Amino acid sequence: MFRFLLRRLALIVPTFVGVTFLAFLLIHLVPGDPIEVRVGEHGIAPERLAELRHEFGLDQPLWKQFLDYEVGVVTGGLGTSVVTRQPVWTEFTTLFPATLELTGCAIALALLVGLPLGVIAAVKRGTPFDYGLMGLSVTGASMPIFWWGLMMILIFSVALGWTPVSGRISDMYYVEPWSGFMLIDTWFSDEPGAFSSAVSHLILPAIVLGTQPLAVVARMTRSAMLEVLGEDYIRTARAKGLSAGRVVIVHALRNALIPVVTVVGLQVGVLLGGAILTETIFSWPGVGHWLVESIQRRDYPVLQGGTLLVATLVILVNLGVDMTYGFLNPRIRR
Amino acid sequence: MRTGWIMAAACVAILAGAAAQAKTLVYCSEGSPENFNPMINTTGTTFNANLPIYNRLVEFRPGSTEIQPGLAEKWEVSEDGKTFTFHLRHGVKWHSNKSLKPTRDFDADDVIFSFERQWKDSNPYHKVSGGGYDYFNDMALPKLLQSIDKIDDYTVRFVLNAPQAPFLADLAMDFATIQSKEYADTLLAAGKPEQIDQDPIGTGPFQLVAYSKDSTIRYRAFPQYWGPKPPLDSLVFAIAKDPAVRLAKLRADECQIAVYPNPADLDAIRNDPALQLQSQPGLNIGYLAFNALRPPFTDKRVRQAINYAIDKQSILTAIYQGAGQPAKNLIPPTLWSYNDKVQDWPYDPAKARALLAEAGFPDGFETTLWAMPVQRPYNPDARRMAELMQADLAKVGIKASIVSYEWGEYRKRVQNGEHGMALLGWTGDNGDPDNFFTPLASCAAARPGGGSASKWCNQDFQTLIDKAVVTANPAERAKLYEQAQVIMHEEAPFYLIAHSVVFLPMRKNVVNFKMSPFGRMQFDAVDLK
Repeated sequence: MFRFLLRRLALIVPTFVGVTFLAFLLIHLVPGDPIEVRVGEHGIAPERLAELRHEFGLDQPLWKQFLDYEVGVVTGGLGTSVVTRQPVWTEFTTLFPATLELTGCAIALALLVGLPLGVIAAVKRGTPFDYGLMGLSVTGASMPIFWWGLMMILIFSVALGWTPVSGRISDMYYVEPWSGFMLIDTWFSDEPGAFSSAVSHLILPAIVLGTQPLAVVARMTRSAMLEVLGEDYIRTARAKGLSAGRVVIVHALRNALIPVVTVVGLQVGVLLGGAILTETIFSWPGVGHWLVESIQRRDYPVLQGGTLLVATLVILVNLGVDMTYGFLNPRIRR
Repeated sequence: MRTGWIMAAACVAILAGAAAQAKTLVYCSEGSPENFNPMINTTGTTFNANLPIYNRLVEFRPGSTEIQPGLAEKWEVSEDGKTFTFHLRHGVKWHSNKSLKPTRDFDADDVIFSFERQWKDSNPYHKVSGGGYDYFNDMALPKLLQSIDKIDDYTVRFVLNAPQAPFLADLAMDFATIQSKEYADTLLAAGKPEQIDQDPIGTGPFQLVAYSKDSTIRYRAFPQYWGPKPPLDSLVFAIAKDPAVRLAKLRADECQIAVYPNPADLDAIRNDPALQLQSQPGLNIGYLAFNALRPPFTDKRVRQAINYAIDKQSILTAIYQGAGQPAKNLIPPTLWSYNDKVQDWPYDPAKARALLAEAGFPDGFETTLWAMPVQRPYNPDARRMAELMQADLAKVGIKASIVSYEWGEYRKRVQNGEHGMALLGWTGDNGDPDNFFTPLASCAAARPGGGSASKWCNQDFQTLIDKAVVTANPAERAKLYEQAQVIMHEEAPFYLIAHSVVFLPMRKNVVNFKMSPFGRMQFDAVDLK
């Protein structure tokens, strides 16, 4: 297990360099630098432009800028935002809990609903339930988030008035951010009603963000289950007289989980991508929102640092997924 | 024991009642401020987030470009127009926060600190938060200011190098905000000077309570505010970047005012019985500039011909979608000295062809039409606008090829005069006509690299605007600018397109909100019915 872990960790270094290089290259391919983008019709004095470019190292050749950035990352500095002049790390840690809360709930929703649905569809293969579910899951998997989000707001928030339109909590409440997770902060706060307000604000964005992974998990579980259910050992288990529930849950599901776990791991990357849109639609103050803005403002340090941190997270999740395989199927450890 | 419980319950009930009566207005804003210093950051978003907190020596009267007393109760201007003496208001209190409980009221030291921070390298705050006082520099104050002196605790004298009537309007701009010197000194001693721009202390009607990036800004009415007490108890900026979401929040009464609606939603807003829609022409101008240094645009008949050749109405319909007002002068009608007697050029392709023939181009000519790559308030879609213009010009024989560059490069090349015709525009800063005429149409701005996109230099026009800038009497100034507009119309250095119209939807129960020509969101007098 230890060697397995080491091997996986060794692969992380080139991945990081690749990610930082790509992030750096792509943002520098976009025309306009962070200083010029902010200048309006007044223009900017050439001396001031030179001074600012120098301050942010934009007057250096590209390879030097990249090298300086890599050195900065290795020594633990992600730089300072060109726009707000706050350290990138501070901004990330302020905003990240919101993203984590949202994606966590979306994943939980996808698993809690998607897994059982996939299992039932597999067991009831060929029935109207199966066909209906698979039809819905194709729809769900291909749902564009921005459209789905706005539709949900128009139906549930504007027309029916059941859920709030956007934000993390009603503007009536002010809860001192302690953990950054609104559910936790409001749970421990003295403000009556704050927790339920936070929950009600989370419902729509979590459903919108969770829809795609839910559909994918349901489909994947169904096909993996179908494959496993046809195996000899399942027939053996049935022949031994085990109950149908025990055969499905204990014997089939555990073996069907490996592809499902892989898909969930991959979905984390997709979810973080989706979080960018979901956060924009629901004015959810997370890192997605922040990254999109940094592109518009050409805020190189934020974009590079933010991409790196998000990539780190995806890499860690995938590492976790790899280790879960080992747990689910000991043969993979070798 | 039982009495204790009853008392406690009564207290809770009273507090709950008080909380229920507290008036909170939620304003759906479009983005997060860069920080809390309008000297350094020049976006409207930052200005609006700071407006409740700070004051200036003089203020714009809500809803207009006129000046009224602010932290200065009154002022005198010397005969030669170079010395401005301000008499400061007594008893103005500063807000307080965790880092400072102010020990003194606002006085002359604060004024001097706030200007020296922007002006002098030697000021310890000059480089704090990145320095860079763009507006202070754009309004040419480093060149204009000779000295700022404290006469006594409540009198400050500004001496200028040359008479400059718009100087007073400059002082009402957001960058001329007054910060607390006591706060600055305290933070400097504590080794965290940048906090002055993140956790602000001002003298304004609301004090900052909390700011969560991309989420909310919370303010509370400042009980010791020197002006009339604001009817609201608290004010919340709910940040929502998507216009559709802002409108949905407004409809759900999650906010009471929502900025920048989608033009496509305007009819629905008008038809919603719970909402009202205010509108005002913005303090801006979108134009097509002819490069008067390059043939054939050196000939004013060619410039006039193009003014006849382009159909303004179809541009307004297609590009502004009702959110634009046709422009006939460089300044918008909300600005004093607007000359309404000027008649706009009608759409008349036959006349255009005749003028072109007279100028020696019976078959038209080839030129470039530059379209800027960004969306601006005065021009929502330059590329598409250029295509419409291209089609109109083709009808009179002018073959215009569309050119575009990245924004920084675009501005630079236009300023260097590399274009034939270029789309551009301007948003006014201080509500003074000079702030349009000098940067856009003066001879100084026509030099290579200067701000004028038309590169047009007319001595008669220049004499008038030069005279106006040193004339103290507003009525006399207005007359001079009116004459200047007549010359500009005849000379046609621009095809003037439109002033954008700014719309502001709000709930019906919002009262006393006055839209500002500057797009400022001012809440001191606003109430909820």
